Amino acid sequence: MFLQMENIGKTFIDQEKQSSFEVFSDIRITIPENQFVSILGPSGCGKSTLLSIVAGLENTTEGSISLQGKEINKPGPDRGMVFQQPSLFPWLDVRGNVTFPLRKRLSKQDADNHADRFLKMVQLSKFKNHYIYELSGGMQQRVAIARALAMDPKVLLMDEPFGALDEQTRHILQDKLLDIWQETQKTILFVTHSIQEAIKLSDRIIVMGTRPGRIISDIPIDLQRPREREDRNVIELEQHIMELLKIEINKVLKEELSDEFQHSS
Amino acid sequence: MNFSIAVKRMIFLVVVLGIWQTIYSLNIFEAIVFPSPSTVATTLYEGFASGEFVEALGASFKHLLAGMSLAIVIGTIVGVILGKSKQADETAGMYLIALQSIPSIVWVPLAIMLFGFTEFSVIFVVVLGGTFVMAINVRSAIQNVSPQLIRAARTMGTKGMELFYRVEIPAGIPYFMTGIRLAWAFSWRALMAGELLSNGPGLGYSLSYAQDYARMDQVIGIIIIIGVIGAFMDHFVFSKLEHTVRKRWGLLR
Repeated sequence: MFLQMENIGKTFIDQEKQSSFEVFSDIRITIPENQFVSILGPSGCGKSTLLSIVAGLENTTEGSISLQGKEINKPGPDRGMVFQQPSLFPWLDVRGNVTFPLRKRLSKQDADNHADRFLKMVQLSKFKNHYIYELSGGMQQRVAIARALAMDPKVLLMDEPFGALDEQTRHILQDKLLDIWQETQKTILFVTHSIQEAIKLSDRIIVMGTRPGRIISDIPIDLQRPREREDRNVIELEQHIMELLKIEINKVLKEELSDEFQHSS
Repeated sequence: MNFSIAVKRMIFLVVVLGIWQTIYSLNIFEAIVFPSPSTVATTLYEGFASGEFVEALGASFKHLLAGMSLAIVIGTIVGVILGKSKQADETAGMYLIALQSIPSIVWVPLAIMLFGFTEFSVIFVVVLGGTFVMAINVRSAIQNVSPQLIRAARTMGTKGMELFYRVEIPAGIPYFMTGIRLAWAFSWRALMAGELLSNGPGLGYSLSYAQDYARMDQVIGIIIIIGVIGAFMDHFVFSKLEHTVRKRWGLLR
């Protein structure tokens, strides 16, 4: 398999308090090349942690991940990451940000040309000499996507990339992402807590539950794109997932409310 | 600058000069300890025309430039070490605050005993005046690099020294600029303290010389020069520079 997660577990250990917290255990996912996979779940299910592990930013405590048979244990340019915050470098202009990962491998001229191609893809060619503070949130996120793509990664990891954007911008960028995915044929691992977003974009949705984090369902989506929100199949799927998540969300709520109760007493 | 603000400031200045002139005219104090605004203005003009003040200023700026450059270099090195090494910060970090809280004039006797009444003593005091505040800010610069930017850089395969000079250093530039502005402010104060007790040349030395000859007009004139230069450099050079950097770094809207 292209991307393979075998029995991954993650436990955070707080050495000062001498306590540990198990985020999830025994996660098994295999992803074929070119697939658009969403990981969906309530807060606290460990979906972002899982993505960080694939990125190599964090280590597993159990199990292993491999990409094309090669084990992952540190970050690398074969995996591009887009965060919820654009995380661009304000001291560089737009093009400078996109060429950031390329400067070691390519000459300035080649890196610039390469970057321009991806800036064109996210429709920011006109802004290549602008600085980050001059861009809107949606534009910044497009730069971040271009930067991740410019490394030519095998997998694109996206951690709620549109979570901080307004509704309008989010829809535009979702459509844009689908275009880019079709054009570049990348494998995409997309973390979100929005059921609609997951249904609109993915080939497959992995639904995660919480306390402890685990996979509760793995749903393939065979619907034709573009998928309209009013489509009967889309609505049914949405209700099905909502049903699955209800128990999980209630679990979180209950815990948070009881916390509140304990604090006030 | 807003026009009405400029007008308000002009009016304020005129009022202050008016009060000064009025008190002078009432003859409460002897003219030798309380000169008129026009006497001070004439002294200032003559001082610059004769080249006396220009020479003193030149000497002062020479001391300042030498001292501040050293303070920035040493402060940066110390700050980077403390910012990068938790061990070093835990061991020596607190003493940095202690040293920073020592007024620079306190170093003058030490400098004179070590190096005598030389220009080197003055520079030494200026260095001590600026180094600690620079070090404190560079340490903050290194410690406050957004972890998110580091994570982003790491996903692009950046690590080690490359991470340091391609991400941590540029990310810290705004703090670095604040450090330079404060280093200037502290160095300028230290410079005057050092020169007051030196054998010249320099603006501070001219000030103590004027005091020895009971030239209140010169004393006030030099105090005005010191204040004007301090305000001018802060407002038009360092604050501007800091503002430009902070804007580019997205730290203000």
